[in-house]
Amino acid sequence: MKTHQFEVLVVGAGGAGLMAGLYASRTAKTAIISKLYPTRSHTGAAQGGVGAALGSSEEDHPEWHTYDTVKGSDYLGDQDAIEFMCEEAVDAVYELEHMGLPFDRTAEGKISQRPFGGHTNNITGKPVMRACHAADRTGHMILQTLYQQCIKNNVNFYDEFQVVDLLMTAGKASGVVAIEIATGEMHVFHAKAIIFATGGHGRVWEITSNAYAYTGDGVAITLRRGIPAEDMEFFQFHPTGIFKLGILITEGVRGEGGVLINGKGERFMERYAPTVKDLASRDVISRAIYLEVRDGNGINGKNYMYLDIRPETVNHYAAIDGRKRPDGRPYVVTGEEILGKLPDIVDFCRVYLGVDPITQPMPIQPTAHYAMGGIPTNQYGEVRKDENKNIIPGLYAAGECACVSVHGANRLGTNSLLDLIVFGKHAGLRAAEYSRTADYQPLPEDPTAFAAEQLTRVMEGDGSENAFDIGNEMKKIMFDDMGVFRDEKGMQNALNKIRELKERFKHVRVQDTGKIFNMDLFNAWELGNLLDLAEVTTVSALARTESRGGHSREDYPKRDDENWLKHTFAFMDESGKIELKYQPVTITRFTPKPRVY
Amino acid sequence: MQVSLKVFRYNPEKDKKPRYETYKMEADPTDRVLDLLEKVKGYEDGTLSFRRSCAHGVCGSDAMRINGSNKLACKALVQDFGSKITVEPILGLPVIKDLIVDMEPFFDNFRKVLPYFINDDPVPEKERYQSREDRERFDDTTKCILCAACTTSCPSFWASDEYLGPSAIVNAHRFIFDSRDQGAAERLKIMNEIMGVSRCHTIFNCTLACPREIQITKAIGEVKKALMTGSLE
Repeated sequence: MKTHQFEVLVVGAGGAGLMAGLYASRTAKTAIISKLYPTRSHTGAAQGGVGAALGSSEEDHPEWHTYDTVKGSDYLGDQDAIEFMCEEAVDAVYELEHMGLPFDRTAEGKISQRPFGGHTNNITGKPVMRACHAADRTGHMILQTLYQQCIKNNVNFYDEFQVVDLLMTAGKASGVVAIEIATGEMHVFHAKAIIFATGGHGRVWEITSNAYAYTGDGVAITLRRGIPAEDMEFFQFHPTGIFKLGILITEGVRGEGGVLINGKGERFMERYAPTVKDLASRDVISRAIYLEVRDGNGINGKNYMYLDIRPETVNHYAAIDGRKRPDGRPYVVTGEEILGKLPDIVDFCRVYLGVDPITQPMPIQPTAHYAMGGIPTNQYGEVRKDENKNIIPGLYAAGECACVSVHGANRLGTNSLLDLIVFGKHAGLRAAEYSRTADYQPLPEDPTAFAAEQLTRVMEGDGSENAFDIGNEMKKIMFDDMGVFRDEKGMQNALNKIRELKERFKHVRVQDTGKIFNMDLFNAWELGNLLDLAEVTTVSALARTESRGGHSREDYPKRDDENWLKHTFAFMDESGKIELKYQPVTITRFTPKPRVY
Repeated sequence: MQVSLKVFRYNPEKDKKPRYETYKMEADPTDRVLDLLEKVKGYEDGTLSFRRSCAHGVCGSDAMRINGSNKLACKALVQDFGSKITVEPILGLPVIKDLIVDMEPFFDNFRKVLPYFINDDPVPEKERYQSREDRERFDDTTKCILCAACTTSCPSFWASDEYLGPSAIVNAHRFIFDSRDQGAAERLKIMNEIMGVSRCHTIFNCTLACPREIQITKAIGEVKKALMTGSLE
């Protein structure tokens, strides 16, 4: 066992982790630990843009962004935190540009912006250009730029180290336990402040846009240490994943004029969101697709729709909508322009579908995409230990693994990249500030015991169960019964199944007994995380007897502000039993009202 | 269709030398080679080790040699390789286990080229302006995902991993030709060193290997030209 000491320790090297590490390292001795090489992080898969009211090409205001985000969250987002994020957004995006991020440009040389779902001009209600983008690889450029800046600033990295436990001493964070993947050796990182930035857990579901690495490690680790998970029932299904594969097709496609078409050739979103149509919020569109499929309006009667970005289609509907360019000319595109703006999407479709989106429509279906819920924090990244806003000294979380909550029941497109840079930065600053005056807590006796116990369990099972099967069964039941639409019966069915799978998981034994790159062992441990999060998600969802944002119940189809304008806090005790508590939503300026697009 | 998947295996804790295992399985023509590897790992041999994450060609984890060419396993479809598929680790980096190689020499080279934005002027209140033409100038090289498919397809790199290699040069190019950046002179000096661009003999393996379709040989040529002419035009 090796021991290291850092004032600030960041777990995870995606957008939030790199931003936190970059800021913390300016004043504190900092290290970033990641199970992947930093540039492999899933931030790099984000496509369409990062939201900020720069007003490059048309009028926009952070207040409008705030309102859109509150509305998008179906009023479950905490309005103080949302206002903070949207105000900070403008400087945060300029800062990325100052770090060299190659944004696309307007004709005048400003940062180029495109329309995105749910982002509106608050006076007209029409879509506004707020998504700052670098082609359709904005996340890639953010990830690369932040990693480059970390190299420039000599930030310490521990690449391919799997963090498996959080250490706490006297109610404060004191370290983490990690395993060096290349050697299998245990390392204890002793720290004053620890920032979790471990990303999401979309691998709970069968069809997902998420990376294999998205196994919710941070949330699972903290849950096992008695820290609650907030609003886990809210998981976003992005309406446009590649059929069967789930690979994301950015909302930027619709921002550039693409439309959704059903099996009858109808632009069906006109019926569900008459004002913004194909640029409605993601939950609204995913539900519309399911309803269309149920009515027999899928393509060839199947469970998918077409997303159509062919120039003739775009120009046809742009003319009907009266869409104009910023200079007032009618909005008309060519195939070449589409290729220039969405090169990766075109490439994905050609590779995986053999479809050329310039000449053929893309078959799409909703795909599990984003965790609105996670480790509860305030707007400075400080982790809350309970529903009464008490914090855990020295512990921070940021990015998708955290729940601030700015996304509430449904995240707006472009707000995830924004969340990373704003809250990653503030968590880094706050952790460094804390570490200036805080002392190192003594490490607990036998710090690696709990981690070793977890790993031993999957090494020494009786081997009568196969982890791969358990994983597939979990993904299937969660997609079928805990997807876009839910009801009591289905959710109970899913919960029973997950509990059965958790029992069966105890019999798993990994085949690889080696030390070096034992991916068999890590993947099994990750599956344990997914199972825990699947259970917490389902328990939280069953209790919430209303429909709000990404949690849509057929047996309770209405939003119930009287009883449910509150955040779920799920606690897991040592025996694995889950208890739910609740925290009221913070409402400052915007009184909840019906959500219409 | 029936596929025979032949995989390079090496477990340093057990094997004296590398060996090959062949796995026969049912596959769809549109399955990714990565899907096949996952299947082997899930049902045939849990010890099979390889890196992977995003599974759609943007994270750069799973570069490997498939039927002799460098590919991302997640972007390589069965239908493009037929019923006999051989998967081996990328060349020129030490094999650690099965399909996993030591990436450190690769990232060391990346870090040598000052792969970050340099501009010491005071920052403006808003963005630095840049024309669309200036932005377009280096667009192609911003696409690099550091998968190492190019560098490990390069015979000059096979001869010596001291050679910076195509990927590091691509990342230098991304900044040298960015009109906002001020570090070009320093980077060009590095490019001009003995293990810099002069080791590129325009074999084009890198360009063929790039899963992001970056015109790598062209980018290296532009760096060479900048060195010869002393101009970034």
